[in-house]
Amino acid sequence: MRQVAVASGGLTRFTKNDLSLETLMVSSVKQIFEKTENLEQKDIDVVLISTNANDKYLANIVSELCGISPKIAHSIESLCNSGTNCIVSAYSYILSGLAKTALVIGAEKTNSPGLVLEWDKSRGQYKHPIYWSSMFTSAHMRKFGTTSEDLAYVSAKNHRNALDNPYAYFDREYSLQEITESKNLTENVRLLDCSMSCDGSAAVLLTSSDIATKFTDRPVWITGIGQKSTSAGFTKNDDLTSMKSTAYSASDAYQMSGRKPTDVDVAELHDAFSICEIIELEDLGFVSKGQGSSYVHQLYDSHDRRINPRGGLIGAGHPLGATGIAQTVEICQQLQGNAKKRQVDGAKVGLVHNMSAAATSSTVMILES
Amino acid sequence: MTKFEQELKNNNFLCSHCTTCDKLVWPPSDFCNNCFSDVVWKPVSRFARLIEFSRKDNEYFCIAEFEENIRVMGSIQNSSNLKINQPLFLVKCDYDGIERFVFEPVLTS
Ligand SMILES: [Zn+2]
Repeated sequence: MRQVAVASGGLTRFTKNDLSLETLMVSSVKQIFEKTENLEQKDIDVVLISTNANDKYLANIVSELCGISPKIAHSIESLCNSGTNCIVSAYSYILSGLAKTALVIGAEKTNSPGLVLEWDKSRGQYKHPIYWSSMFTSAHMRKFGTTSEDLAYVSAKNHRNALDNPYAYFDREYSLQEITESKNLTENVRLLDCSMSCDGSAAVLLTSSDIATKFTDRPVWITGIGQKSTSAGFTKNDDLTSMKSTAYSASDAYQMSGRKPTDVDVAELHDAFSICEIIELEDLGFVSKGQGSSYVHQLYDSHDRRINPRGGLIGAGHPLGATGIAQTVEICQQLQGNAKKRQVDGAKVGLVHNMSAAATSSTVMILES
Repeated sequence: MTKFEQELKNNNFLCSHCTTCDKLVWPPSDFCNNCFSDVVWKPVSRFARLIEFSRKDNEYFCIAEFEENIRVMGSIQNSSNLKINQPLFLVKCDYDGIERFVFEPVLTS
């Protein structure tokens, strides 16, 4: 399956600023136009927007600000995996023949309405994400003996990786001790185990296979996609040591691409909280159940960057609608050999994992050079 | 306020129930999520089972399961020696813009 390529990507620094959502979006598009050969506004068939903001007609507004008059323009919202949902939709438009090029643009402001899920009755008064994270953490600790120190290793590793990501929110290292001593938000979730909501934007240009090389000599191919929505409400994921939607989507993505977990050289995982990376390593098949923590220790001790090389959500920040697209930009840079100090040597197969609302839905994509 | 919210506010935990499928439909809805029939409102048992818990400062919060079907998050008062799967009693439910469920452990000898 080499039918849809990622030809280019753009990012803004993840930070807290006063820039408007539109300005953030145009900034990452500007980067794509500046660095992509032969790309003109008239080449863009589709503009898809990923954000949790409640703005109306945003794809048309941003298209106009970029001087683009696309055939198809609309927003896509699915909380934290809006970004990869948007990429999957763009992929489908291209594969259907309705379009040859698609610009996928994600952005979020710090005070996003996607942060607290008021509609989920099953969460009762515990609408803030720290509470579901605590439930997963308690369950994984009980079943597999995961410790508070194991969680700190995830955060320390990802903050360290973020040091070499010029677009990351955090720009300093955190020691295991600092993380362990950071404020407890609940009994088992500390401040430095959480990803940081922030302002940021990311964009990618997708093209059909016949014109990819007009824009890049190193296209990255989307070879596998898996998506699964198990529910909207938090409490229907029966086994809290696992993310059912992630396991489903991983299985579909591996099957579509003909790849298996051992083929993956580099991966971006949705570490909304430290416990998430540990569970995801297991559910994506990189290690068996219960082995996630010891694998993270191993990655940390050996300075291995193959998991979350840009620092994950914990190190890079989490502007919801931009996250899945920024993860994809990172994997593309890795597969093109452009990741500079973050480069995983010889990376040819990459994986993006992006999920929403306590993993009630997940997206997994396999990308190949 | 919806019927569900009004009843919750009066300390009644009611849920939509499909008489065709004989099952509780959660989250509350006007139609069955299996057969799309109209639902009736039915009181949910006040007894629940502890699925998972943690603590924020001195307040315990948990996921509790009613009638082997409905799982919600709530607080636990008078908690000591909590054990997974132990029986809980819904002492109080309320609605003030958000749903509130307050549990107490059921003492077993
Ligand atoms: Zn029914």
